[in-house]
Amino acid sequence: MKPVLEVSHIHFRYKKKVILKDISFCIYPGEFVAVIGPNGCGKTTLIKTILNSIQPETGMIRIKGHELSHLSNRALARYVAVVMQTINPAAMTVRQYVQLGRLPFFEKYQFFETRKDEEIAEKYMRLTGVVPLADARINEISGGELQLASIARALTQEPTLLVLDEPTSHLDITHQARILELINTLKRDLSLTVLMVLHDLNLAAEYSDRLVLLNKQNGRVFSTGRPETVLTENAIQTVYHTRVKIQPNPVSKKPWIFLVNQQANENDPRIKRNEDEPL
Amino acid sequence: MNDKIRQWSLILVGLSGLVLAVGILALCTGSAGIDIKTIPRILLQGRDTAEYSILMGIRLPRILLGMAVGGALSLAGTLLQGMFRNPLVEPYTLGISGGASLGVCMNILFKFHAVIGIIAYPLSGFLGASLVIFLVYNLNRRTQSVQSNRMLLTGVMISYVASSLVMLLMALSKSDDLQNIVLWIMGTLDEPNLNLIKFACAGSVAGLFISYFFCMDLNALLLGEEEAASLGINTTRTKKILFITASFLTGLSVAVAGIIMFVGLIVPHFVRMMTGPDHRILLAGSFLAGAAFLTLSDVIARVIIAPLELPVGVITGIIGGVMFIWALSRKQVTL
Repeated sequence: MKPVLEVSHIHFRYKKKVILKDISFCIYPGEFVAVIGPNGCGKTTLIKTILNSIQPETGMIRIKGHELSHLSNRALARYVAVVMQTINPAAMTVRQYVQLGRLPFFEKYQFFETRKDEEIAEKYMRLTGVVPLADARINEISGGELQLASIARALTQEPTLLVLDEPTSHLDITHQARILELINTLKRDLSLTVLMVLHDLNLAAEYSDRLVLLNKQNGRVFSTGRPETVLTENAIQTVYHTRVKIQPNPVSKKPWIFLVNQQANENDPRIKRNEDEPL
Repeated sequence: MNDKIRQWSLILVGLSGLVLAVGILALCTGSAGIDIKTIPRILLQGRDTAEYSILMGIRLPRILLGMAVGGALSLAGTLLQGMFRNPLVEPYTLGISGGASLGVCMNILFKFHAVIGIIAYPLSGFLGASLVIFLVYNLNRRTQSVQSNRMLLTGVMISYVASSLVMLLMALSKSDDLQNIVLWIMGTLDEPNLNLIKFACAGSVAGLFISYFFCMDLNALLLGEEEAASLGINTTRTKKILFITASFLTGLSVAVAGIIMFVGLIVPHFVRMMTGPDHRILLAGSFLAGAAFLTLSDVIARVIIAPLELPVGVITGIIGGVMFIWALSRKQVTL
């Protein structure tokens, strides 16, 4: 099976500081891959290189076999749609916003959406449950509703790869679950390939098929694979410098991470601390 | 879709009717009062009558110039607000009008028009406006995006520098040139050169035509540069072309009519309240509303202290400022 996204040996520096070093991984059709790592490890930078907003010093990215540097913005937008972490709240309606997703498919000098464009936008508004908000302005709806509208807009691009940059970071637990359940359903029903940056390790473990854990110290991929192989106590201690306990989620059996309050539990024999580790 | 086209058509027909009504009002208004019912008779009688000369030789060119300049300034404001996602951005607040006025002032002093002809006026205005927009944009470039508040402050500062340089040039100029500069700076639609008026009309319509190729790009840019790029928009190219278009429209307006404030700020704002932020209707709507607004302001400027005339910039400044404060108190200003 050919990968949808192929990232090979990406290297990126910002003002002499190495952000990404020799990053390589692939995403195959229908996979849900989450990129995780501590603040400042280059997750968003990696997403920006995949969206061609910034260019890596060396390395190559291929989308469905096409080298990224050879694709125009328009051609790339037909393959890849993105849901940003923050959305600029313009005064347009949700319907107008979602219909903008058809822009990459407009002919030259086309000024109006075709009937087909409108039908596609309506379909994804229904799927994401934003039809009741269709005539509301996007600067007047809640953060969670805006995120759903943004997903509808991205789906209206009918992309091969859906990229989401921390889509749940400002949301309450209801909207977090709603959005991730929706992405999972879409992945299953539409065979969508998903690449998502997530801060919350438990959410990443629960919903993704594979994880890519980035290491801030050297800019490299620390490990990649299924959540139960990537999310180990040692890996988190090394990458995040934080002690945790990991146990299987009683319902899904996926790894579930518990933070250890070091001061409150310092006499607990179940918690070991390396002698050379700073407090 | 059909509903949208029907609604937009109604808005355009309404605004076109407004432009026509204001045009007729301007034709009838002045020291020689001409009744609207007599206009067809005067036009049919031909060139020999004094009324015909007043209508066709004085008032009509002035009305056409007012419409061209009002449309151009309003369109330039709409383009800049769309690109920077800031409702306070317009040619005047960004310092583009100041740059254009410096360019035209230098043309008056150094008499470039004696060498290359009347085109030297709009050309010098365009070059001055382009220089400012280049400076404002590049001084505020941070990585891939432009900080719009910083940019606005830079624009205001450049505007001060430009007006100080204009004053310096005035201080150094001979009395004939000084009078020319003062009259022109006050902002008036009393332009005797017909070729310049034709050029202003053609230029502003061309600006509207070019802008329409980028109306969908402007809609996407409302979401920010990154999201617009993710929708397949070549944001760098679009912004370059629209900057040049806005500079051209501002330079042209300043060259033929002097500094006229607030048209590019107020008109797009009020049209946006009526049409929403979609640039497919907003561009033409702002152009027509700007044309009507400036022509009406000129009528007021001509009659308010008749037989003397006020500079039209005074009227747009007062009406514009008051309306904007009213709008701010009424509703949150958003794009």
